[in-house]
Amino acid sequence: MSSSNWTAELLNQLDSAAITVEQISLPSTTLWQIESNHWKRYAELAIQQNVRWVAGWAEQADHRFFINACFEKQGIYILLRTIVNVVKPELPSQAPVYPAANRSERHTQDMFGINFLEHPDNRRWTRHKAWDKHHYPLRKDFPVQGEPEDITPPDMDYPFVKAYGAGVYEIPVGPVHAGIIEPGHFRFQAVGELILNLEERLGYVHKGIEKIAEGRTPASLARLAGRISGDTTVGHCWAACKAMEQAAGIEVPRRAALIRGILAERERVANHLGDMGAICNDVAFVFAQMQFTRLRELWLRTNEKVFGHRLLMDRIVPGGVVCEVSEASCTLIKQDIIHLRKEMSEIMPAIDLNTSLEDRLYRAGYLSPEIAAAFGTLGYVGRASGQNQDVRRDAPYAPYDQVNFKVALEDQGDIASRFWVRYKEINAALKLIEQFIEQLAATGNLTEKQMLQAEWRTPPAGSESLGIVEGWRGEITAYIRFDADNKIARFYPRDPSIVNWPVLEKLTLNNIVPDFPVCNKSLNGSYSGNDL
Amino acid sequence: MNWLIAILQTTLFVVLAPLLAGWIKWCKCRLQNRKAPSLLQPYRDLIKLTNKQPVVAEQASWLFIIAPYIIFSATVLAASVVPLIAVDLPTSASADVIVMVGFFAFARFFLALAGLDIGTAFGGMGSSREMTISSLAEPAMLMAIFTLTMTASTTNLSGAIAHVLNEGMILRPSFVFALFALVLVAIAETGRVPVDNPATHLELTMIHEAMILEYSGRHLALIEWASQLKLMLYGVLIANIFFPWGIAKTLTAEALGYGLLAITGKLVLLAIFLALAETLVAKMRLFRVQEYLSFAYLLGLLGMLSHIILEAAR
Repeated sequence: MSSSNWTAELLNQLDSAAITVEQISLPSTTLWQIESNHWKRYAELAIQQNVRWVAGWAEQADHRFFINACFEKQGIYILLRTIVNVVKPELPSQAPVYPAANRSERHTQDMFGINFLEHPDNRRWTRHKAWDKHHYPLRKDFPVQGEPEDITPPDMDYPFVKAYGAGVYEIPVGPVHAGIIEPGHFRFQAVGELILNLEERLGYVHKGIEKIAEGRTPASLARLAGRISGDTTVGHCWAACKAMEQAAGIEVPRRAALIRGILAERERVANHLGDMGAICNDVAFVFAQMQFTRLRELWLRTNEKVFGHRLLMDRIVPGGVVCEVSEASCTLIKQDIIHLRKEMSEIMPAIDLNTSLEDRLYRAGYLSPEIAAAFGTLGYVGRASGQNQDVRRDAPYAPYDQVNFKVALEDQGDIASRFWVRYKEINAALKLIEQFIEQLAATGNLTEKQMLQAEWRTPPAGSESLGIVEGWRGEITAYIRFDADNKIARFYPRDPSIVNWPVLEKLTLNNIVPDFPVCNKSLNGSYSGNDL
Repeated sequence: MNWLIAILQTTLFVVLAPLLAGWIKWCKCRLQNRKAPSLLQPYRDLIKLTNKQPVVAEQASWLFIIAPYIIFSATVLAASVVPLIAVDLPTSASADVIVMVGFFAFARFFLALAGLDIGTAFGGMGSSREMTISSLAEPAMLMAIFTLTMTASTTNLSGAIAHVLNEGMILRPSFVFALFALVLVAIAETGRVPVDNPATHLELTMIHEAMILEYSGRHLALIEWASQLKLMLYGVLIANIFFPWGIAKTLTAEALGYGLLAITGKLVLLAIFLALAETLVAKMRLFRVQEYLSFAYLLGLLGMLSHIILEAAR
């Protein structure tokens, strides 16, 4: 079946189901607009084609709400939209069909007051106690500064799922933890040490990113995007810039695209090194953590030297990048890669041959390919459970369109797989950086400014676009709509964590309580990226 | 005079325990390729904790507050039974090895109660795990110790050590088994890797730490000190029973000096072994601990059988 066939097939089926689709072409995506009462029916037809649910969000335009959902298969992204009225906004939920849409719809429900009918679980999600039940922060009439009380009351009455029976007990963990990590609450129902059910309660780091994005200039939005999740600053910044550039019809200079590629891959390597160490630390194999932490630190110091920022924040701007990579820097980066490879070749056998580590990581936290597919699991979590999905290959964007690249894949679905898939991704990333550096030399002899940044053009009012890149955690989707005067009307960033967090509830089932931390670490979702 | 030396020996135990903990930490840090804190860091931590105001949960009863004192006292009493630098002291004569195990059980009982007392999920979880592990560890420990006492025909530690010293260096298969059993039990009982991780911040994986999560200030200092003491106690037990050479048989200054030197050397070596083992292995899955301790029990049993079959006839 050729790649463009699934959209035609789906359109045929929609047609025979008497669902009229209005097709509008957007930069890089197609917008399909349907009637709101067909919202769920569309999902039922789409899932038959194995189409993946990508993201869902809403937007207010005067007295109407635009409700959006994004779907993907074989690298082709379709933006689905329906329109409901501000007075009594409701539409059938897609969550019974796509479990991944569950929390996203609850977020929309809390932020806009849109009612999703027949939703399997319509408890509040993003709303804790910082605003009242009948206030909807993302509606236009809600003030940007909010209506905060002096002290936000504690969130005491969230209706958690309960388990009953002899010997069943409940373990509340967080949001404040013993280590210095992000806040999130986990509610376990356990019998002895066996986990019967795990429920996540997130939203403790809700920062109002979507609200404060409104009215920003492109440059200022890029800075905001870089702060959605500190560890994915390059990924989010790139996704937002890509969306803005597509909306404005700007082509990024080849040299800038290559540097973006280097930045993104360096971010990936740094985070994977940190994660691999942290996984070992969670089973008290501290030696490995110390080694990986050391390697990550050396890697970050090179970032500082070459790009001027350890975590590469604000290096990407609309139209290009702000940092030039000189010949000397290229040499430094290449030496760095050689050094990292050498060190890894010494550490990895020590880890591979350690049976006590093997005993903890193999078969623990098993995520079946079926569940991974049902939730549209992204990044290393999906790829460790055989989900062969990577934006860099499936929907290649500059500079990934001109490189040799193999997607790292494992199929055991356990913690060890998620560990080794990271190792493979590091190797792939190092090869990519080498190719980018080679290509850097061949980028024309323009002036520096022209090589690094394309001139910004004000996009027409109402222009919209989806920027999709492969961040280190997986596919990042950023939706942008411009207002008049170069201002942002709507920004919705979908961090891969939003899709991956629910999977943690599944993969910890039938594990024992003390194995949860390492299961969690193997997934390593971002709290900040999820809570927005 | 004898009583004075007995008190001195117990004091040495209490005072040196943090130093041993510092030394183990130092070795571990070096093995992990990082800079180590000063050997005196555990003392500084204890002083810091003592100077802090303890914060007690509202739900805590009197039990929670007195538990640290009981735990510390019971551990010090257990230490007084174990010959550190000299044998034939009055304290070791008045109590035997079963009393020592009893002191441990007594301290643990109160620790587990304190964990349950404040009513948090972590405290209860820690207590439950601790009792599970100790119910498996205690028989294994007693089995190993009975092997020794059968050889020496006494349950008195001092007597057993003197017996081993008088017999000279004889390779007894029963002792080899008992040594391994006791080492395994010691690691489990003192909450070291691979059974428990004293350095973890992950509440859900904790055993010992989960019970004391709510403790602070001087209460925490006492409990920390007691666990350092317990670690040293097990170290001394292993060192002096299986390798008693150097311990003072007479109470002269010279003999006592040699005794101190000998036990220091033995503990330094033991600590290096412990640090090495802790660096090389990851913590085991909680449900593996029973297999681990069953293995320790089996070793103890084999020790006893080999004593009966191979050695008792002599």
